[in-house]
Amino acid sequence: MFLQHLLNGITIGGSYALIALGYTLVYGVLKLINFAHGEIYMIGAYLGFILVSLLPALPPFFQGHLLFFLLIVFLVAAGLCALYGFYLEKVCYRPLRQAPKLTPLISALGASIFFQNFVMLTMGAKDRIFPQTVGMTTYTVAGVTGTPLQLAIILSSVFLMALLWWFINRTRLGVAIKATSTDPLMASLLGINVDTVISVTFMAGSFLAACAGVMIGLYYGTINFTLGYLGGIKAFTAAVLGGIGNVPGAMVGGFLLGIIEALGAGYFSAEYKDVYAFFILIAVLVLRPAGLLGKGVHERA
Amino acid sequence: MLRLTDVHLAYGHVHALKGVSLAVAAGEIVTLIGANGAGKSSTLKAISALHPLRSGAIEFAGEAIHALPPHQVVARGVSHCPEGRRIFYDLSVRENLLMGGYLLGKKELEERLAAVLDLFPRLRERLAQAGGTLSGGEQQMLAIARALMCNPRLLMLDEPSLGLAPLMVEKIFETVLSLKKGGLTVLLVEQNAGAALAVSDRAYVLETGRVTLAGDSASLARDERVVKAYLGG
Repeated sequence: MFLQHLLNGITIGGSYALIALGYTLVYGVLKLINFAHGEIYMIGAYLGFILVSLLPALPPFFQGHLLFFLLIVFLVAAGLCALYGFYLEKVCYRPLRQAPKLTPLISALGASIFFQNFVMLTMGAKDRIFPQTVGMTTYTVAGVTGTPLQLAIILSSVFLMALLWWFINRTRLGVAIKATSTDPLMASLLGINVDTVISVTFMAGSFLAACAGVMIGLYYGTINFTLGYLGGIKAFTAAVLGGIGNVPGAMVGGFLLGIIEALGAGYFSAEYKDVYAFFILIAVLVLRPAGLLGKGVHERA
Repeated sequence: MLRLTDVHLAYGHVHALKGVSLAVAAGEIVTLIGANGAGKSSTLKAISALHPLRSGAIEFAGEAIHALPPHQVVARGVSHCPEGRRIFYDLSVRENLLMGGYLLGKKELEERLAAVLDLFPRLRERLAQAGGTLSGGEQQMLAIARALMCNPRLLMLDEPSLGLAPLMVEKIFETVLSLKKGGLTVLLVEQNAGAALAVSDRAYVLETGRVTLAGDSASLARDERVVKAYLGG
C-alpha cells in the first residue's frame, strides 16, 4: 500500500510543484505573493477542458493521434495563460510597484476574485466533467495500480521542471531573472530591463501553472471555478515548505506535500486530506519559517 | 562627452543635489571628492537615471539621457559600478560577468569575457565559484570587471577602494590607470581623496549638493582648502 500512496502522492505533488514554482519565481523578483496565481492554474484547467471538448469536432487525424492532440492542448492552454500572467502583472501589479507592500497584496486578492467570477459567469458554477481521452486503462505492477496518464503526468512535470531549470541556469534571460531576484537595482545598472524580466517571470510561472491545471483536469476528471483557491493555497504551502523564493525548494516542497497528503489520506483519514497541507503550512511557519531549503528570513509582507 | 547642467535631485524632502554642473571629456579620469552626504553618489545615480531629476539636464555624447530608463543609459555606453560592489552573491563569477555583458551579442560576449579576464586573471581561476565566496578585494575586481563587460565608453566607479587593504587599493587604482591608457573615460567617486587625485586628471569638490571647487587634480591636491578638509593636512 505504501508504494501505491507514494505513486498517487508523486502524481499530485508534481502539479503542486509546478504551481509552487510560479509563486516562488514571482516572489523572487518582486518580493510579492501573487495570490491570483491559483486562478491562473484554474483558468489553465478550464482552457484544457474547452480544448479537449473540441476533439470530437476536429478532423479524424487528431482522434488518431491523441498524444499529439494533447500536446497541442497543453501548449495552447499554457500559452494563453502566459498571456493572462503577462496582463495580470501589467494591470494589477506594475502600477503599484512603488506602493506600500500591502497594496499589491490587496490588488492580488481583487484579481483573484475577478478571475473566479469571470470563469463562473462564462463557464457556469457547476462542476465540469473533463472528457475522457487517453490513458485511462489501469495496469497493476507489483501491487501498485496506475494509469498511463499518471505516468505521463509525472514525466511531464519532471520534464517541465527540467525545462525551467535549463531556462534559469543556461539562458541569459533566465540568469537575468536570478540576478533581478538578488538585486533589481544592480540588474538595471547592467542594462537588464527589469520590467521585461518581471513580465517573463510572470509568463513562465503562469505557463507552468496552466500545465498543472490541464494535468489535474485530466487526472481528476472534474473541475470547478473554485479549483484555484485550494490549489493555490496548497501550492503556496509547497513553496513555503521548500523556502519561498527558492526554485529547487518549490520542486521539493511540491512533491513532499503531495506525498504527505497521499500518505495522510491513505493511513489516517481521507476526509482530512486537505487539512494536512494547512497543518504543514503552520508547522513550517512556526518551526522553520525559511523553509527546508531557504537561507534566511527577512522581514517582508 | 558627459555634461551635467544645473542638476537638482531630491529624495522626498532631502535635497541631495542643488544645481550640480560638471563635465567630463573623452579619455579623462575625473574625480568627485566630498564628505559623506555631499552628493557624490547621488550625482552618479542621477547620471544612471536611478533617480529622476527635479530639474536640470544630463547629456552624454551629445544626447540628453536624463529621461531614459537606467537600462537604456547603459546601452548608450555609460557603466556604473555602484558603492558596496553589489555582487550577485548566489550567481557564479561567470554568471556575474555574463550579466555585465547582458546587452552584447553572443560572439561579442565571449570576446569581451576573454578580454576582461585578461585584465583580472584572478577571476579566471574563480569562474565557477559563487560571487559571495570571493574575498572583498576579489569582489571589487569582479564588480569592476562586470561593469567593463558591456564595453562602456564611460565608467563610473563609486568608492572602489572602500574597505580594502592598502595593497588592494593600489591594485585597483593601477587598473583604473591602465583602463585610461586603453582609452576609457572614468568618473571616480572616492573618500580616499589622496589616491584619487593622484590618478585623476581633474576633480570636482562637492559640498552639500553643490560644486564648490573644480580644477586639475594636481593643483587641487595642493589647494590648502582641499588639503585641510580631505587630505588630512
